[in-house]
Amino acid sequence: MDNLIALAFSAFILQNIILTQFLGICPFIGVSTKRSSALGMGFAVIFVMLISSSVTWVLYTYVLETLDIVYMRTIVFILVIAALVQMVETFLKKVSPSLYKALGIYLPLITTNCAVLGVAVLNITNGHSFIEMLVYTTFIGLGFLFVIYIFSMMREKLGRAPVPKAFKGAPIALIVAAVLAIIFTRFGD
Amino acid sequence: MTKKENFLKGIFKENPIFVALLGLCPTLAVTTSLENAIGMTIAVIFVLVLSNFIISLIMHNDKLANLVKPVRIPVYIVVIATLVTVVEMLMHAYLIELYNSLGIFIPLIVVNCIILGRAEAFASENKPIDSVIDGLGMAFGFGLAIMLVSIFREFLGAGVLTIWKSLQVDLTFIFDFLRIEPIDMFIKPAGAFISLGFILAIIIAITNRFKARMAEKEKEVKSNG
Repeated sequence: MDNLIALAFSAFILQNIILTQFLGICPFIGVSTKRSSALGMGFAVIFVMLISSSVTWVLYTYVLETLDIVYMRTIVFILVIAALVQMVETFLKKVSPSLYKALGIYLPLITTNCAVLGVAVLNITNGHSFIEMLVYTTFIGLGFLFVIYIFSMMREKLGRAPVPKAFKGAPIALIVAAVLAIIFTRFGD
Repeated sequence: MTKKENFLKGIFKENPIFVALLGLCPTLAVTTSLENAIGMTIAVIFVLVLSNFIISLIMHNDKLANLVKPVRIPVYIVVIATLVTVVEMLMHAYLIELYNSLGIFIPLIVVNCIILGRAEAFASENKPIDSVIDGLGMAFGFGLAIMLVSIFREFLGAGVLTIWKSLQVDLTFIFDFLRIEPIDMFIKPAGAFISLGFILAIIIAITNRFKARMAEKEKEVKSNG
């Protein structure tokens, strides 16, 4: 149990997926200009990440390893993720239109979100068991949501700040992200 | 558009990192040393050129193109993923140190938006030769950008510049004045964001100045004429 708590904490803060592992930077810079869209993206990522990591973990341990075709990892994982995103989209559209309205536009973007494939691969390379995988993925996802939400609040303020012309947009966003990264990495020292 | 313009647009006018802001994840993650950046560049050149070539060949065969069109994105992804697997295996066999230090970012080339973006925006509509040139230009643009960031970070953060390091060759330049007390923040994650932020700002400032000068020149020509 202690083990799982340590894993959760390190996934949430110390190995924060955006600020220390640099996965999912595109949505971090692209969709963080408004608070509502940051929340939507965050939840969509957690949702897809949990489903895809579970499926890829099972596939890897019971199919790829038993058949001894581990080298097919990248191809299988990305296909599974692309198919899953498509399925989740159609499923949500039918079952819960309100949830689809909230998350819908972010779902196609997630296929090329490296955080989803990244976490699926990390779960394998770190040798997690199934329960560890669930805890790790959940807290990595929550860490993503947490950071992108904080960052979107900062960017809403930044939009009204007098910034030099050359720094407008992405450059100042990256520098603000650096300040956040300093805070997060200091937890590790 | 001539072939030379086609090649150069990837490096300057449509640079994937500095202008289009694509592929930022590897830009931030593998730029801790120049060696990693060079390794990443070689992998991306291989994947991008070949994927552009293959996808352009597929889309120029009428029969295949009709078959592929409704499911073209999954087809692109399979082509790219196959090439990435080839790179991964080659690196594992011949460049094991580089393979270990790039780690998870080799399989993640699959989801690098530059590669899928070029497949969809250029290779699917242009001839195979043009697509290869476009791929080369874009890959060089990407490579030069990440090398610039990594030189900045490694020089300030560690006081060295590693071009290639293995058992046989050791191309490492050591700068004593920074080596003794490096600003190690630049090697850490925060340094990645700060470096890229400042480099982006400098490049935007230079292009703005350049554009203003071009506009002035045009005005002068008009008023004289």
